[in-house]
Amino acid sequence: MSEKINEVRAPSASELSDEPVIQINGMNKWFGQFHVLRDIDLTVYRGERVVICGPSGSGKSTLIRCINRLEEHQQGSIIVDEIELTDDLKQIDSVRREVGMVFQHFNLFPHLTVLENCTLAPIWVRKTPKAETEEIAMEYLTRVKIPEQAEKYPGQLSGGQQQRVAIARALCMRPKIMLFDEPTSALDPEMIKEVLDVMVDLADTGMTMLVVTHEMGFARQVAHRVIFMDDGQIVEQNEPKEFFSNPQSDRTKLFLSQILAH
Amino acid sequence: MSETTNIPNRVSVREVHIPQAPPPLSTVGVIGWLRQNLFSSPLNAVLTILSFYLLYTVLPPLIDWVFLTSVWTGDSNQDCKGIEGACWAIIPNRFGQFIYGFYPEAERWRVNLTFVLFCLNLLPVLSDRIPGRAYAAVFIVAIFPIIAYVLMYGAFGLPIVPTNQWGGLTLTLVLASVAILFSLPLGILLALGRRSEMPIIRTICIAFIELWRAVPLITVLFMASFMLPLFAPEGVNFNELMRALIGFTMFSSAYMAEVVRGGLQALPKGQNEAAQALGLNYWQSMRLIILPQALKIVIPGIVNTFIGLFKDTALVSIIGLFDLLLVAKSSVTDVKWLGLEHEAYIFVAALYFVFCFSMSRYSLWLERKLDTGNR
Repeated sequence: MSEKINEVRAPSASELSDEPVIQINGMNKWFGQFHVLRDIDLTVYRGERVVICGPSGSGKSTLIRCINRLEEHQQGSIIVDEIELTDDLKQIDSVRREVGMVFQHFNLFPHLTVLENCTLAPIWVRKTPKAETEEIAMEYLTRVKIPEQAEKYPGQLSGGQQQRVAIARALCMRPKIMLFDEPTSALDPEMIKEVLDVMVDLADTGMTMLVVTHEMGFARQVAHRVIFMDDGQIVEQNEPKEFFSNPQSDRTKLFLSQILAH
Repeated sequence: MSETTNIPNRVSVREVHIPQAPPPLSTVGVIGWLRQNLFSSPLNAVLTILSFYLLYTVLPPLIDWVFLTSVWTGDSNQDCKGIEGACWAIIPNRFGQFIYGFYPEAERWRVNLTFVLFCLNLLPVLSDRIPGRAYAAVFIVAIFPIIAYVLMYGAFGLPIVPTNQWGGLTLTLVLASVAILFSLPLGILLALGRRSEMPIIRTICIAFIELWRAVPLITVLFMASFMLPLFAPEGVNFNELMRALIGFTMFSSAYMAEVVRGGLQALPKGQNEAAQALGLNYWQSMRLIILPQALKIVIPGIVNTFIGLFKDTALVSIIGLFDLLLVAKSSVTDVKWLGLEHEAYIFVAALYFVFCFSMSRYSLWLERKLDTGNR
């Protein structure tokens, strides 16, 4: 991991477009009595790569799960690619078509082959002809470097391979935004790199990415912005260099000292 | 640190790679098998010897009775006089009734044809080697019952055979297959409904399931047979068999719903989330992602319900339908065949066994085939 990360591409804000693709305004969410997201304001621009970090229970996963409506917010507004997320199922579906998601536990479909995992949604949701989706799927499987596993079942792959399939599966829908919910947290240490490499490659294509992760090396290398969350709030956000070298709030300093200590 | 490294065995580097070696002889082969399975402990050794002794005392007389001293042909129990063994003559003599009940002999080809067509329709549903499984499954539930009705009951010039003449294995199979084929889709819908977020649908499904599960099957049959006509409007007379069929299907679909719900609950939440995140709608994710996995998990439970259902069809004899069991029972009250209960019931039991055991084996095969090696 280290050689690649040390070359620090340090993405600058200047290469970003000023077209907002996710707009979250005054968003609040509760789980029962528990106020899990408090007054979230967040605008993400097209092509921007945002890393969200914070202690467990701080609401970072819930935040990105609100963006494709896996969780429902109760106050405020979320507008994704000019579509507002409301109870309207049609709007939710059209947002989900444009937003890909990668989960901590991969969530591949174990009864389908790797290829079928990738072609399922394009066939049924985008109504793309099967032959064409298979071509697209093989293209993405090649990009995540496992085309030779296409006919296997997920249960026959290693964790790292499964997560790469999950990334390919999401990409096959040709989404405009990719959400990553702790994509490397469930992996054995020796498999983390292969998944991060794929994500770095994806970043190079200019994909808009929101990544919940504790991989600070990854944040340094590809993120335009790092967001630190605690207690359901956005505590601090900055470009990575500043964020790591010069954290402002005490809570951020404490968090960074804890995760970077060893 | 440096001191501890000097202690022998705490630091080592292997220089010779150990190749695979065969396991010790006592754990493989015939001797190994015997040791592991029959004589693994003193208690097991005693139990093994005891079992062999039991088999030794029971098997020879049984074989004697069934095969060696038995009579296979004859026209009445008179032909078995003085014979120690079984009097199987009753089976070929009464075979027609065992299989068809009182279905007129001249029309029995219709039952046979229906059975053959049913098997032809069932094949692609059960096997994946024949294409068109989905179509065959829809056909067998939606279209085939009409064909079967026309053929067996009669229409379009085929003489009508009233259902009170249906009987024997035919009736048992009609009851079992209708209840099985309809209770599975109905049970799936009920299970989905019970997990629905829509309160009205959920409440209706819960009420339906709990109501039918709380009533004994015998009561259901009695109600269907004796109570329903009391409440039905004047002149409306449901067919007796039809009432039993509906009762059976409702009853078993409630059980099926709970079996399926078990499978739905066993699936990790992430499967549904992944389907949603990809943009699949509710019915797509149920059909493509959730149900294939949930049903696979509960194959043993589903087949368990099917087998139970198959055997429970014997209960219709209490409302006067001549199913396989009642036919057997009445055949031995015939003066010609008095006293041959053993033979008749053993034959019936063997028929039940063939069908139930086949279902059991099929489910094992299906489980193995669908196992894609995930956790």
